[in-house]
Amino acid sequence: MTGLFHRLSPQGLRILALLAVILLLLAFFASQIDGYFNARLFSRISGSVAIMALIATAQTLVILTRNIDLSIGSVVGFTAFAAGNLVSSNPEMSALLLVLFCCCFGACFGAVNGLIVAYGRVPSIIVTLATMAIFRSLLVEYSDGKSITTNTLPAWLTEFPNMPVFTVFGLEFRAAFVAALTLVFAVHLALTRLRPMRQFFAVGSNPEAAEMAGIDARRVVFSAFVLSGALAGLAGLMFLARFGNITVVAGLGFELKSVAAAVVGGVNIFGGSGTVIGALLGAVLVDVIDTSLVRWAIVSEFWREAVLGALILLSVTTDTLFTRRLVAWRAARAHARREAALNREARP
Amino acid sequence: MIARLKSWEGFLLMSLVVIIGINAGLSPEFLTLGNQINLFQLSIEKIIVALVMTFIIINGEIDLSVGSMMGLSACAFGWMVKEQGVAAPAAIAISLGIGVLGGALNGWFITRVGLPSLVVTLATLIGFRGLARVLVEDRGLTDFPEWFDALGQQGLIGPLPFALVAFAVLFGVLYIVLERSGFGRKTQVIGTNREVAEFAGIDTNRHKMILFIASGTIAAFAGLLYAARVGAVRGDVANGFELDIITIVLLGGVSIFGGTGSLTGTLLAILIVLNIRNGMALLNITGHIQTGVIGLLLIASVMVPRLKFGTREKTA
Repeated sequence: MTGLFHRLSPQGLRILALLAVILLLLAFFASQIDGYFNARLFSRISGSVAIMALIATAQTLVILTRNIDLSIGSVVGFTAFAAGNLVSSNPEMSALLLVLFCCCFGACFGAVNGLIVAYGRVPSIIVTLATMAIFRSLLVEYSDGKSITTNTLPAWLTEFPNMPVFTVFGLEFRAAFVAALTLVFAVHLALTRLRPMRQFFAVGSNPEAAEMAGIDARRVVFSAFVLSGALAGLAGLMFLARFGNITVVAGLGFELKSVAAAVVGGVNIFGGSGTVIGALLGAVLVDVIDTSLVRWAIVSEFWREAVLGALILLSVTTDTLFTRRLVAWRAARAHARREAALNREARP
Repeated sequence: MIARLKSWEGFLLMSLVVIIGINAGLSPEFLTLGNQINLFQLSIEKIIVALVMTFIIINGEIDLSVGSMMGLSACAFGWMVKEQGVAAPAAIAISLGIGVLGGALNGWFITRVGLPSLVVTLATLIGFRGLARVLVEDRGLTDFPEWFDALGQQGLIGPLPFALVAFAVLFGVLYIVLERSGFGRKTQVIGTNREVAEFAGIDTNRHKMILFIASGTIAAFAGLLYAARVGAVRGDVANGFELDIITIVLLGGVSIFGGTGSLTGTLLAILIVLNIRNGMALLNITGHIQTGVIGLLLIASVMVPRLKFGTREKTA
């Protein structure tokens, strides 16, 4: 066990710790709420994680390159609205085409952000703070005061999130959740195996060094924003399928939730390190708290935001302190081992 | 034309004159004293907070939690006065105290734990708003003491309301602090290069702590002004105000990387943003579109000086 502890990277430890915290939380709420573990708990959490996991992954890609995307909520809302509009006027449209549309639509917004950040060299916090407002006001203009309603959507779309795919230990895995998980794992594999995606880490940990190593840092940042926009577009489609009724405020506040999930999941806000699996678990953790507080009688549901804020601070603080300790401790151990080896050589 | 202008402030001044000219052409009412005071009055809370935000950003940090702190102090005031039976003056003092504590909380995580201000204040942006909602939930609170509402709605000196007087006084004090005092110099030095400041013997942590406490306190003060002006509070008071506030400061020529900037620039930017919003309102452009235009302005304010002046880029 201690061998495993030494061999695991801080990121690996982080994921184990997150899993432990999620299990502890579930146990805690189970002791507080009667009939906490029912069939609806899993379907409710997995339904909302399907959306959150995608936006957390989208945010992670951008944060890895040492940037931030605050416009994600507006992109999700706009894509959900535009897709709803498109599919309700063309009910015969193929599903694949709709998925492609959402991907490209989101990617366009991402490209706008990416262009200004990477090639205009304006800090991402400024750009996306502005585009958050700009995209939202474009949506208000585009919607013309109307909203999308469930009854105008084709049945296959609204049934998609509730379609059971397979069942494990009595837990029903539904289509939207499975699709989101598949996407997250695909991004994880790409980030860990593909050279162009590995460059995200290089640029995030040291842009100058990455440039020296022949990486086009601007192109990497640009592609991170485009990919992130495409994922946000897919999240918009999921949002449309799940809720059906879309108004101009759809996706409001998602930018903060996505940053929260990523940061809680151990993605370093300074860029360069983190995993999308961590971000996925971060999204699960945030959602378990969200869903459970509503049912907990002692604390009113209005505590959700306050708890979320505290959770972010807590996890970033422990992460920073823990990583510092771990690095110092491992360095000290390595030093001690070298000393011992030197001593053995000196006195045979 | 632009290229010939020596400074960003000169460019702002010129833009301001053009915008005022357009607005005056749009409506004969525009240049009356009443409209000008009204112009300030409608956004007075934001522009008061923008003054302290100028210091924070010059210092190389950011405070995203100001809008939520405004909401929290306004809601705390309403909750204490209407639902807990606390006397209004005591409630004002406690609300300001919450601002001090909130600012200190931000400052503690930034200076003691060493976390980036972006993350800390993003978390407290959610957290402070959450506390406001815990206090008032989904209720709207109104009917504050008459003198409190009057303070926000009626003239204090002639037609000038209390908030505008407070803004003028605060501007004067902060101008002297930034331009003429050691504290102001330190703010700029730390923003330019924190390590050099440390070697020069400046206690940068203490300095940042003071700034974040000031930011929290002024935000709480602005929240109270909002409650007095509108005469009612809800959980979403001042939601999203941070966008306008940061836009104003950056438009005013403060570098997002810290080090450079002035309160004169911020004041000019305040006037520009207020006049643009007023002009759009005269043209019947809705609030959402106005916010979008402010967003465009925010990006332009960082990009244009890069292209035209090339002076605001921090030399690494």
